[in-house]
Amino acid sequence: MEFLYYFGDVFTPVSFGLLLLGTIGGLILGATPGLSPTMAVALLIPFTFHLAPVQGLILLGAAYTSTVAGGAVSAILLKIPGAPANIATTLDGHTMAKQGKGAQALQLSFLASAVGGVIGVLLLIFLTPVLAQWALAFGPSHLFWLAILGVTVIGSLDSASVVKGLLSGCIGLWLATIGFDDIMGAQRFIFHPALGGGINIIAALIGLFAIPQVLTMFAKGRNATNAEVIEVEKHSIMDAVREILRRPKALSIGTITGSVIGLIPGVGGQIAGLVAYDQTKKFSSEREKFGKGHSEGVIAAESANNAMVGPSLVPLLTLSIPGSPTAAVLLGGLLIHGIFPGTDLFDNHPDVAWTFINSMLIGQILMCIFGLYVAGLAARVAQVPQSVMAAVVLGLAVFGSYSVQSSMGDVYVMATLGVMMYFLERFGFSAAPLVLGLILGPIAEANFIQGSMIAGATDGMASYFLTGALNIVLIAIVIASIAYSVWMELRSRRYTSKEEIMA
Amino acid sequence: MNYVSLPRVQHIVASGFIAAVGMWVAWVSYTQQPAEAFLFPRLISTVFVVLAVWTFVKAILGWTKVGHGVSRRDFVWLLPGLIVALIYIFWAAKALGFYTAGTIAFFLLLSFYDPAPHGEAKTWIKRVIITAGFLAVMYGLFAMLLKVYTPREIFF
Repeated sequence: MEFLYYFGDVFTPVSFGLLLLGTIGGLILGATPGLSPTMAVALLIPFTFHLAPVQGLILLGAAYTSTVAGGAVSAILLKIPGAPANIATTLDGHTMAKQGKGAQALQLSFLASAVGGVIGVLLLIFLTPVLAQWALAFGPSHLFWLAILGVTVIGSLDSASVVKGLLSGCIGLWLATIGFDDIMGAQRFIFHPALGGGINIIAALIGLFAIPQVLTMFAKGRNATNAEVIEVEKHSIMDAVREILRRPKALSIGTITGSVIGLIPGVGGQIAGLVAYDQTKKFSSEREKFGKGHSEGVIAAESANNAMVGPSLVPLLTLSIPGSPTAAVLLGGLLIHGIFPGTDLFDNHPDVAWTFINSMLIGQILMCIFGLYVAGLAARVAQVPQSVMAAVVLGLAVFGSYSVQSSMGDVYVMATLGVMMYFLERFGFSAAPLVLGLILGPIAEANFIQGSMIAGATDGMASYFLTGALNIVLIAIVIASIAYSVWMELRSRRYTSKEEIMA
Repeated sequence: MNYVSLPRVQHIVASGFIAAVGMWVAWVSYTQQPAEAFLFPRLISTVFVVLAVWTFVKAILGWTKVGHGVSRRDFVWLLPGLIVALIYIFWAAKALGFYTAGTIAFFLLLSFYDPAPHGEAKTWIKRVIITAGFLAVMYGLFAMLLKVYTPREIFF
């Protein structure tokens, strides 16, 4: 119950102000199609650099939570999911809005998000310290395999092609080695003066997540947002609460599915929402109403995608393995303040860890309260032309990456990585494993070098890195995640081929 | 004669480029000294090369299933924006100053990609107002709030 001790720290004027700012801003950004939660958090990191670590994390955490929920606004009122996590919400949410029940759909979505989100954060509160203590038993070889596991799990599960996902991870690991070697001081791969200090994580995060979005908007041309906002009429909040209470099955299936999926690195909110929707439909006595504006569809999808947020931070805060691309960006936010996840975080910076986690709990409630008020405004912002959005994001990316170290080199790195990532994405590569490689690369290398020194003085490399129960378990998980993804890829291809033949 | 589709050629070029980068990384890792500093790069570059060559061979054989490449239509629309962005980042930001260059780039991009009519004075006034708003917000955020010192501006 250590977290209760730090509850008051959330309510200091600056912290609470940032929590409010992150929540309201996140709701509006989340509602904007094309601005993903990951990109929103990446663009916010330069601002947190000038804040105390805990305040910076509060802002990022609030933005993460509320962008996921905010995506429901455009999904319901415009039929455009603000983020992939809100795809399932569109199925029934927009139909409800067309039937004149837009306000009810929004209320249900924010209430369900808050319930799912609170339970997800409680899971984070109770699981994290246990796992962090367990992580104390990890030596360099285990930490090396954990870092590799982080890259391979995201690389294989988050990508459409396993080989390209793993290759993206390798590119990220290589980018992490650019600069001066920590032990020997040797220059590595410095082919431009801008790379002398290595690749700045914040500049890289902004470039990898923001610039491809900007270029995608450019490639769409003069694209007018033709989606019409459905006006919402007043609806009693108490009726929405009663409706939620009448649908405990949808709420619990959504929350449990989201929480479990959140714990699995690399799976993400989109899968959580769709699986929860599908399972709720299967177990519902009114399954014929799904897709025709049924409240259970909205409740299941939204409780799941927000329940996923808390648990997705469990592997991040304990083992340094981000459970989602946004969690990877949060890891970048921690590292720039010199804070390393795991036992160090809970032993040496408990104020930072617990205040951040508590703020996410309070943030869920604030998100529910403000979500209902800013939904109309957020839907209007979602109609802002992409030309404006692209130019604004480009400006923020340039100023943001420069502001971290007042270095033009960081701006060049940001732009180069961003343009490269746009073209890589067009060829089936994914930014998430590349970012994971870039962030976990230094952890993997430091433990690999430390392990190889221990191995040199003991039984040799093979014995040190490949034997021992924990090493074998971690290697087995690495292989299993890759094998599972290969099997899934082959299966989906066979399925697609059959469909092509039938067509 | 075999017909080679555009995405297949693009896949070959893209994966060939990545394979070349992988080989360069491996070559540097295995030839540069001190060897201890390149222990980890050697490990990852080996995997990098294997995966990159595998992807390249698949692209040559036409087995690539993921990724649609860049269509001509997308490229034509992308190119003006990309050129403006690259000039802004790699030359204008330093030469003209962040705020001056940022404002010019913003106005150019907004004007080019805006779906609103380009022949009406009203829409141009709107674009100028939006650009002025952008400049005010960026200056307020970065110069006044975060106190970021940017390269000297050409006009002020």
